[in-house]
Amino acid sequence: MKKSEIPQDDSPLKGWTREVCYAKNEEGKYEAGLSTGWSIKKDALDGAWEEVERRINEALQKVRANEASPILYFMEKSLMDEGVLAHYTGIWKWRVKRHLKPQVFSKLNDKVLQKYANAFEISIDELKNFK
Amino acid sequence: MQEFKHYQSAHCENGVTIGLLRQAGLHQITEPLAFGIGSGLFYIDIPFLTLQSGPAISFRSIPGSIFKRTCKAFDVKLQSHKYRDEDKAMAEMDALLAEGKSIGCQVGVYHLTYYPKEYRFHFNAHNMIVFGKEGNDYLVSDPIMEETTRLASEDMRKVRFAKGVFAPRGHIYYPTQEIHATEDQIKRAIVKGIKRNCGEMLRIPVWFIGAKGINHTAKNIRKWKSKYGDRRAALNLGQIVRMQEEIGTGGGGFRFLYAAFLEESAAILGNDELLRASEMFTNAGDMWRDSAVQMAGIYKGRLSSQADYNLSADMLTEISAVEKEAFLYLDKIKL
Repeated sequence: MKKSEIPQDDSPLKGWTREVCYAKNEEGKYEAGLSTGWSIKKDALDGAWEEVERRINEALQKVRANEASPILYFMEKSLMDEGVLAHYTGIWKWRVKRHLKPQVFSKLNDKVLQKYANAFEISIDELKNFK
Repeated sequence: MQEFKHYQSAHCENGVTIGLLRQAGLHQITEPLAFGIGSGLFYIDIPFLTLQSGPAISFRSIPGSIFKRTCKAFDVKLQSHKYRDEDKAMAEMDALLAEGKSIGCQVGVYHLTYYPKEYRFHFNAHNMIVFGKEGNDYLVSDPIMEETTRLASEDMRKVRFAKGVFAPRGHIYYPTQEIHATEDQIKRAIVKGIKRNCGEMLRIPVWFIGAKGINHTAKNIRKWKSKYGDRRAALNLGQIVRMQEEIGTGGGGFRFLYAAFLEESAAILGNDELLRASEMFTNAGDMWRDSAVQMAGIYKGRLSSQADYNLSADMLTEISAVEKEAFLYLDKIKL
């Protein structure tokens, strides 16, 4: 890549920082240059976020249909999977998986619910009275 | 407080390495040198493991290794701590800062408030330097950022104790003495870094690591459309491009950074064959960028036939061959 070819496209980095790229200057020597972004990778990142949104929506539908507990929705919203959530709450992963079932979730005590609320940085009430 | 100079770099670990080592007196170290001496170039496509439901691919060696290897090459004495107790971890950081030390610090990016939201996934192998504290704010030199930034105490605790894969557990590290290197030491460090990198890219006997690992990914790509359907298959390609090009790679999956290292080494060692090798890695980097453009055609929805996936795969197969040749050439140079 030549230094003059370092892409300067729009990206979410705008207003935060530019990033360092290594490219060749006019004498054919490597130099660090700054880039505002590259549309090719912005599209990849946008695609990943669309997928996140899709998963959150799907979770929301499942919670509303009583096919999953609110934990699923907040887990997706916090970009977590069962493994990460297990680590944040200190609850075994197989138990986290069980807690995604509405029947199991409805019997959870406040102590357990508080752990989830802390992990999601929400109140226990938002978990109990899901809207 | 000791004056702290911020260095922006392509890759966070390189940036922390040069920031800490230069402050300790090793003025000759540059980002490409740190990356090459630490044998940073790599390829792995871990089977049976998924990241955000996509392929688990990395273009660089395991987090922490660049710093560790570079420090070892210059006999740097280090202090390094991980913690169970969050309060203790915070208190010890404050005590070190009060002594005027600058500290390398592993963090998760999910709670890094000075990053744009779009980049804040649960990624825990980020590194930065903390060089002071003013009131409730820590003064932070994050190598990805153009300028130094600040992070509030509460957030510092969250990022240091982020959970999940590579959980930092409050990990801090810093050199404990002045570092000086002779020309000869630098030359030896470069040679060792190159040789180790050749070994890791050519001779690890599993199919998913090194230059041949790229071809393993190519084979997978051919199956994605029928195996996962269009949506998932396209997302997988997007994930490859993100790992390859996202902030922190210097472009082309770290290949340009490695080419820059070889160019710098050619001058230091007075060896023109290294310049030729540098060209080969520039070529590989350009090919990675071309493959990203092709893959973007698919994940943007412009292309979707099996032939398009095959073309992406063919491009990776070709890169696999080019990198193998480049490393074989590099390996044979008498240094």
